[in-house]
Amino acid sequence: MSDHRLPKPDRPWMMRTYAGHSTAAKSNELYRGNLAKGQTGLSIAFDLPTQTGYDAGDELARGEVGKVGVPVAHRGDMKVLLDGIPLDQMNTSMTINATAAWLLGLYIVAAEEQGATEDQLQGTTQNDIIKEFLARGTYAFPPAPSMRLIADMVAYTVTNVPKWNPINICSYHLQEAGATPIQEIAFAMSNAIAVLDAVRDRVDESLMPQVFSRISFFVNAGVRFIEEHAKLRAMSILWDELGRERYGVTDDKLRRFRYGVQVNSLGLTEAQPENNVQRIVLETLAVTLGRDARARAIQLPAWNEALGLPRPWDQQWSLRIQQVMAFETDILDYPDIFEGSKVMDGLVAEMLEGSRAEMAVVAEHGGAVEAVPYMKAELVESHRARIRKIETGEMKVVGINDYRETEHSPLTDDSEGGILVVDSAVEAQQTDALVKWRSERDQPAVDAALAEVARVAATPDENIMPATIAAARAGATTGEWSATLRNAFGEYRAPTGVGEAAGSVAGDEELEGLRDEVDRVSEAIGRRIRILVGKPGLDGHSNGAEQIAVRARDAGMDVVYEGIRLTPSQIAASAVQEGVHVIGLSILSGSHRELIPSVIGALKEAGAGDVPVVVGGIIPDQDVPELTAAGVAAVYTPKDYDLTQIISEIVALVAERNGVAQSA
Amino acid sequence: MTEPRGSALGHRLAGRDLTAAPDALNLLESSASADSADRQDLLRATSPAVLGYEPAGHVVGITGPPGAGKSTLISVLVRELRAANRSVAVIAVDPSSKRSGGSLLGDRARIDFDPADKNLLIRSMATGDRLGGLARPTRDAAAALSAAYDVVIVETVGVGQSETEIADIADTVCVVVQPASGDALQFIKSGIMEIPDVLVVTKADLGQIAQRARRDLHSALRSLGATKTSVVAVSSVPPASGITDLIDAVDAHAESVDLATERAGRRRAQALTEFAEEHGRKGMTALGGRRAAVKEVKTLDPTLDVPQMVAELLRRAEA
Repeated sequence: MSDHRLPKPDRPWMMRTYAGHSTAAKSNELYRGNLAKGQTGLSIAFDLPTQTGYDAGDELARGEVGKVGVPVAHRGDMKVLLDGIPLDQMNTSMTINATAAWLLGLYIVAAEEQGATEDQLQGTTQNDIIKEFLARGTYAFPPAPSMRLIADMVAYTVTNVPKWNPINICSYHLQEAGATPIQEIAFAMSNAIAVLDAVRDRVDESLMPQVFSRISFFVNAGVRFIEEHAKLRAMSILWDELGRERYGVTDDKLRRFRYGVQVNSLGLTEAQPENNVQRIVLETLAVTLGRDARARAIQLPAWNEALGLPRPWDQQWSLRIQQVMAFETDILDYPDIFEGSKVMDGLVAEMLEGSRAEMAVVAEHGGAVEAVPYMKAELVESHRARIRKIETGEMKVVGINDYRETEHSPLTDDSEGGILVVDSAVEAQQTDALVKWRSERDQPAVDAALAEVARVAATPDENIMPATIAAARAGATTGEWSATLRNAFGEYRAPTGVGEAAGSVAGDEELEGLRDEVDRVSEAIGRRIRILVGKPGLDGHSNGAEQIAVRARDAGMDVVYEGIRLTPSQIAASAVQEGVHVIGLSILSGSHRELIPSVIGALKEAGAGDVPVVVGGIIPDQDVPELTAAGVAAVYTPKDYDLTQIISEIVALVAERNGVAQSA
Repeated sequence: MTEPRGSALGHRLAGRDLTAAPDALNLLESSASADSADRQDLLRATSPAVLGYEPAGHVVGITGPPGAGKSTLISVLVRELRAANRSVAVIAVDPSSKRSGGSLLGDRARIDFDPADKNLLIRSMATGDRLGGLARPTRDAAAALSAAYDVVIVETVGVGQSETEIADIADTVCVVVQPASGDALQFIKSGIMEIPDVLVVTKADLGQIAQRARRDLHSALRSLGATKTSVVAVSSVPPASGITDLIDAVDAHAESVDLATERAGRRRAQALTEFAEEHGRKGMTALGGRRAAVKEVKTLDPTLDVPQMVAELLRRAEA
C-alpha cells in the first residue's frame, strides 16, 4: 500500500440539479426524469411567491408564479411534487429561507402521508436569512423574528429530524453579489456564529455539539479555481477552530466542515454562451480536486443561465459534467493532492489572516445581524470594483471585453432561443386550483391551526414548528401561514447599501465627459436629471439595479432608489410623486413579459405615460420586440457590461424626450 | 386665456387639490430662469397675504444623526397620521455628491406607502450645491405644501447644522437620537445644538436603556431651563410604540405657539438672509447697516412671502 493512493476510491459526492418550474406535477415529472438519469439527490427550486410567502392570486405574485421554481401552496402541492419519490430514502435540498419552517412542515406532512417518519428524513433547508438581507432578497420578516424562526427550526430538527440539515449557511450568494473570497469566508462564518448563538439560547447546552454538527454550508466556486479551493480549505480550518474554541465541541467528527456547492453564475456570460461549459467544468475542479475540502453535494448551473431558464436537456448536460468528473477521471482515487503544497498553504494562510480581520470587524458591529448594513455596503462596493475591472479590461472575460468576434452559435437557434419558456397560463391555473383547495378543506380547522400559529408567534419562548406542522396538516396555505407571521412580526425592508458605496475613482475620462453632459442636459431642463431605479415583482437579485443606481449617481444624476419587491402601481406612484425624467427597471426572474407592460399601464393611468422606461436583466432577445411595442425605450442584458455607456444612452434618451438639442 | 402655470398650481394647492403637488414641486425645484416668474406666482398664491390666513399645514422637521432611525420612524409616523385621516407630505433630503453632483435618494425605499393613497406624498430632494441638511427649494416646498396638506414632514440629511437650518423652516423641530449615544446631550449642553421642540429617543424596544436615556435627557433639559421640550421614547419595530405620544407632543407644541407670528418671524429672517446674499454689503449699507436692516424687516407686512419681502427691502434700499 502506498501513501499516494487510497485503498479504494472515495464514493462520489451527491449529485443534484436545482430544478422546478410551472406546477408541482410538471416538476415531479422533471425530478423523476433527473433521478432516472443518475442524479442522486433532489434540489427543489421554489417560485418567488412561495419563497416570499404569497399565494398565487396575490398582487405581488403577479407574473412570478411558476417562473424560477415550482409553486407549493399547501400539502396537496407538496404531495404531487414528491409523488413516487420515496422520502424515507431521498436526500432533498430545498432552497427556501423566509418560509423555510413552513416548507419543512409541508415536507414532513408529505412524508407522513407516504408512511415515512421524521427521523428517516434527510435533506437540507437553506434557511439562511442574513444572506437574503444581503444578497438575494427573499426575506419576509424583520431580522429578530427571522433569526428566531431559524433557531426554532434548528432546535426542533436536532431532536425530531436528526438527519436533517436545518440550515445551509450561504456564502454562495455573497460571491454572486460581488464578495471577494475573504468577504465570502468572513461574512459566512460571522453568519454561522449569529445562528449558533441564537440557537444556544433555545436548546439545552448539552445539545450544542449536535447542533454544531448539523450546520452545513452552501458555497460558490468561481473560475479562479485554485484560489477558490484555498478558500474552502480556509473555511474548513476556521470552522474547526470555531467548534472547538467558541462552542466547546470536542468530538472531531462533529466539527467537520460540510458543504454543498453550486458553482458560479455571476461569471457566466450571455455572449458566446457555449464558453460557460468550460467555466463550469473548471469551477467544479475547485470543489472536487482536493480531498481535504471536497464538496458533499454538487449542483451545477446550466450553460444558458445568463439567457433564461434552462431546459431539461441543458440541465442534463450539467449533470453529465459531474458524472464524467466522478466516474471517468481519477479524481476520487487519491488522498489530498495539495498536502504539502507551498502555493496552497500560502493562499490558505493569506485567506485565514484576511478573514479573521474581517470577522473581527463584523464582531465589532455587534455580530452579523447588526452588521447587515455594513456588510451590504461592502458588497455593493466590491461589486462596483469588480465591474470597473471588467470595464477597464484589467479583468478579462472572454467573449465580453475581449475576443468578441464569433461565429453564429447554433445552440440558440430553436424558436425559444435555447431556453425554457414557462407557459403563462400556469399562473391562472395555480390561482384557480387554490380557490378549489380552499373550498374543499375543513375551514374551521384551518382557522384554528392558524390562530395557534399566531399565538405561538407572539410567545417567543415557544417553538414555532409544532404549530406550523399542524397548520400544514390542516391544509393552510403558504400565503396564509406567512400572512399570520407578517401580522405577528411586521414586515421589513433590508438596507440597500447603495448610499454608502464609494464614488468612482478620479481620472475616469469617460465618466467625466458624461458628467458634463448630465450637467448640460440638467441645466437645459431646469432640474438635475432624475432617474427612478427599482425592481418590480418578487425577484430580490438587486446587484444589477444597485450598480446602475451607483453609476447614475456617479454620472451626476439624482437617483431615487426604490429597492426590491415593488408593485406596478407603487412604481407609478413613485414616478409621479418624485417627478422623475426616466425609469430604470431590473428583472431577472423571467416575469418581464407580464410585469413591464403592467408598469407602463400603471404609469399611463397615473398620468406619467410620457416618462420613458428602460429595462435591464435577463431578457431573451425574442422578447425585446414585445417590450418595445409595449413602450419600453431600451432593453439591456448581461452582455451590456459597460455601465457608463448604458447611463450615457439614458441621458441621451432624457435629452431627446425633453427637447434638449444634442451637444455640439 | 388660461391661467399661468405657477398661479394655477398655487390655486390648486390652496384648494387642497393634492394632485397638483408633484408638478408644484417640479416647478419649485426648477432653476431655469424661464420658470422664475411661475415659481414666484406659485409661492404667492399659497402665501398668507393672498390666502388671507396662515396655511394650516403643520410643518414638522425631523433631524438627527445618520443611523438614528429617522426614515423608519417616519414610516410608522406616516402610517399613524394617515390612520387618523390627516393628509401628509414627506420631503426627505439626502446629500449630493461633491464630486459628481449626483445623489442617491434612498429614504423612499425605507418608507412603506400605499400607492393608492392619494393623501400621502413622499418626495426626495438632493441638497445639490448647498452645504448642510436641506436643499435649496426645501423651504419653498414646505411652505407651498403646507397650504394643501395637514402635515408636512421634512427629514434632513442629519449632519452639520441641520437642526439649526430646520428650525428656520419648520413649525416644530424633532431631533431623533439613539439611546446609547450621549452626543445629543453633549451637543445641547455645549450649545452646539439648539434645543429642539421634541426630542425623540428611538429603539424603545431596548426597554430600560431607552427609558434611562429618556430620563437623562429630560433632566438635563430641565437643568438647562428648557422646560418646554418634550422627550418621547419610540420604537419603530413591530409592535411600534410611543408613536401616538410623539404625535401628541408635536401637536401640543403647535398649539403652544403663535404660528402666524413664528412663521412671519422666520420669513423675515429668511428675507434678510436672501437680501444679503443677493445684494451684498452694498445693499445692507443702503438699508443703514445690519442693525437697521433687522429693524427695517420687522416693519414689513408679516403676511408677505419671502420674495415679496426681499423685493420690498430692495425698494426701500433704493428709495
